[in-house]
Amino acid sequence: MKKLLGLLAGTALAANVAFADDSTLTIAYNVSLPSWDATVGVSAVNPTIQSIYKSVYDQYIDQNPDLSFRPGLLTEWGWNEDRSKVFMEVREGASWHNGDPVTPADVVWSLERAGKEETGNPIQFLWSTLGNFTVDGNRIEADVLRFDPTIFKWMAFLTAYVLPKDYYTEVGAEGFEKAPIGSGPYMVDEYVANSFVRLKRYDEYWGGAPEFETVIFKFLPDASARVAEVETGASDITLEIPYEEYDRLAAKDGLNGVTTPVSDIGMIFINDVGVMEDANVRKAAAHAINKDLIVDRLLRGYGVPIDTLQAPEYAAFTAETTVAYDPEMSKELLAASGYSPDNPVKFKIQTTRGFKPKDYEMIQAVAGMWKRVGIEAEIEVYEIAKHFDLRARDALAPAAFYNWGNSIGDPSTSTGFSMFGPSPHSTWDTDDVDAMIGPLWGEEDEDARIAGYQKVDAYIAENAMVIPLLQFVQPIIYRDGLSVTPHVANFLLPQNVSSN
Amino acid sequence: MARLLVTIGSIFLTLLGVSVVIFVILRLVPGDPISMMLPPGATDEVRANLERLYGLDKSIPAQYVIWLRNVAWLDFGMSTQFRLPVMEIILDRLPATLELVLLASLIALVLAFAFSILAVWLQVDSATLAIDGLAGLAQAIPDFLWALIFILAVTLFAPMMPISGRFDPRTAQDFATNFYLLESLVTFRFDAFAELMRYAVLPALALSLPLAAGITRVLKGALEEAMAQDYVMLAQTKGKSRLAIVLGEALRNAMIPTIALTSVQLTFLIGGTVLIERQFSWPGIGSTAISAVINRDLPLIQGIVLVFALIFILINLASNELYRAADPRLRTER
Repeated sequence: MKKLLGLLAGTALAANVAFADDSTLTIAYNVSLPSWDATVGVSAVNPTIQSIYKSVYDQYIDQNPDLSFRPGLLTEWGWNEDRSKVFMEVREGASWHNGDPVTPADVVWSLERAGKEETGNPIQFLWSTLGNFTVDGNRIEADVLRFDPTIFKWMAFLTAYVLPKDYYTEVGAEGFEKAPIGSGPYMVDEYVANSFVRLKRYDEYWGGAPEFETVIFKFLPDASARVAEVETGASDITLEIPYEEYDRLAAKDGLNGVTTPVSDIGMIFINDVGVMEDANVRKAAAHAINKDLIVDRLLRGYGVPIDTLQAPEYAAFTAETTVAYDPEMSKELLAASGYSPDNPVKFKIQTTRGFKPKDYEMIQAVAGMWKRVGIEAEIEVYEIAKHFDLRARDALAPAAFYNWGNSIGDPSTSTGFSMFGPSPHSTWDTDDVDAMIGPLWGEEDEDARIAGYQKVDAYIAENAMVIPLLQFVQPIIYRDGLSVTPHVANFLLPQNVSSN
Repeated sequence: MARLLVTIGSIFLTLLGVSVVIFVILRLVPGDPISMMLPPGATDEVRANLERLYGLDKSIPAQYVIWLRNVAWLDFGMSTQFRLPVMEIILDRLPATLELVLLASLIALVLAFAFSILAVWLQVDSATLAIDGLAGLAQAIPDFLWALIFILAVTLFAPMMPISGRFDPRTAQDFATNFYLLESLVTFRFDAFAELMRYAVLPALALSLPLAAGITRVLKGALEEAMAQDYVMLAQTKGKSRLAIVLGEALRNAMIPTIALTSVQLTFLIGGTVLIERQFSWPGIGSTAISAVINRDLPLIQGIVLVFALIFILINLASNELYRAADPRLRTER
């Protein structure tokens, strides 16, 4: 038996030594990349895929790990005095992976293409707010056809990637899918759909060649497989694993862990139908939830309780707006509407199961807390596609759990789109909230815009029109000898990983 | 000739029926691809534009007619998720699945035949009990759970065994076809074959165990029944060994129910690739199917379902022919 164990240990060690290769970084990644066009289709708006896109392509504007903005392929940007024009300065010295220089023509073509309806860019409504582009040297100017104060923030967000005009035009959409090139720190070397992508360092990258010569993203949607990959040394790093496994692996010799709160929150959408039109019911539901307890007990402390749709890293966050945990107040509010634990108010709550960490368990806990004050919630599990469909048709249940990502941290892309009635993503449709949010879409004064959203958030919290629960925390496990800088935008970027 | 024409006609009719059912169901269940790709801030106009671009603005019958017309020319449409022609995606990934299924079937058959013959040959209660117990265990645990068990076992006992992909992602592959295992065999590249097998063995084993158990139970029962027949007694009086009788006399008759079961189970095996491929990141049609469903990639789901249906039909036809070959009575009935 001892011999057998010794043999096994020896084999394990040999295997780990075999996998160790300082020039290669292998990432056990949680999602698969279906398409290489980062500007069109389902993948383009999938936040979890952006890490791979950001390794291969450059965005117009980039973000630091704390969400602050920094130059990407644009080095300067802004509006003129009366906001009728924008200007953008294109970086010199950037080149495509085929060696051709990145030019202002590439940037203009990418923006114009994104703004055309026939291209199918899901953010076309925003990109089409710019038009009549002119180029002078490296400076681009464009007319503001419709003013949007967040246009430059969006240039660091979904679909905001610069693609090579000449190459794309030459090879076409299908040709580009098969042999994509970008101007980012890594080049695509081999891609096997649903299995892996192997990237090679781009030595001519304008930001300096990244450390690892080869980066492999293995697509492993199964969390147990990702855990096994890092534990056996087959992968150097992984993310999005259960917190129990994170704690176990982080304590293990040869492995390290880092966690960071990310731009993704868990919330309960409230639909203004039936009993939810009663403010007492909504407020009672909000005050009855002990978010600290949920984070501590269910998420092992990996979460940040929140009371508005703004996480602490977001532009409109303020610690002044809070919703107290007060079950006695919940009972009083319900009593005022004729409800009690013996005569509970009843409604349905929908939730995903296994899509986010402990999502179903969280809603079970919430239902338990509600029951104590006089709310009887019937839990219904739905899948992601159904959630999107119901949300778009404004047909969600009176309460529905889901998550909301916002990697640019702007209040328009959190409170704005999720609470403004005409938005297809809003389940709350009332004139009072719409009247508050409406003018902020075109507000030119940034300070006033942010302050306006803070006021809206306070109003929404006071009237419990949505129940924000927590900010999610991203767990990352990596092997000894590596140093990882986590990104609040939920990215795991190989260019942010280095050897010690 | 007439039989061939009837067979081809029934294949087309079945596929047509399957296509109608899947087309309608996909459009009636909640969750459409446009909702999946709408970002925060998308307006109703954006939605309408995307629906128009993907042809979802027309009525379901109109969509079906357009789709069917294109399918007649082998154009299954573009995948909304992969942004490539559906047929190209299917042809690219089907070989990986077929190789996995073939390997799993081989493993299942080898295990089933070995254990069944062993049990009937030995006639020892303890061995029979052990084989029945193992078969029961293998059948009671579904394939995806076997996959999890293997992944856990690798972590604990065999970290050198790969648990993801079809080959080492650090190495470049230079195969002319996507049938890597078969190609490496026929081109005598046994080192490449061995390396590929290292990646294939765990998913194939996970897929094969429940199938092996099912075949073992039926084959063993059929062998035991055959061994009680008069012709076996006759063979015994001729002085043949028990093993020779099992292999030479009983096995042929025991094959008939085994073929019937194997063909049915094989279709389940192909269905099982959906989860197994996802768990082991095996780049086949199964993992593609599951991501197509998650992302509501309607053209790709339709294409994959039709291909699966065609494979099921072909397996049934093949099993019928095998059945006829194994049972002389069926050959002389017409």
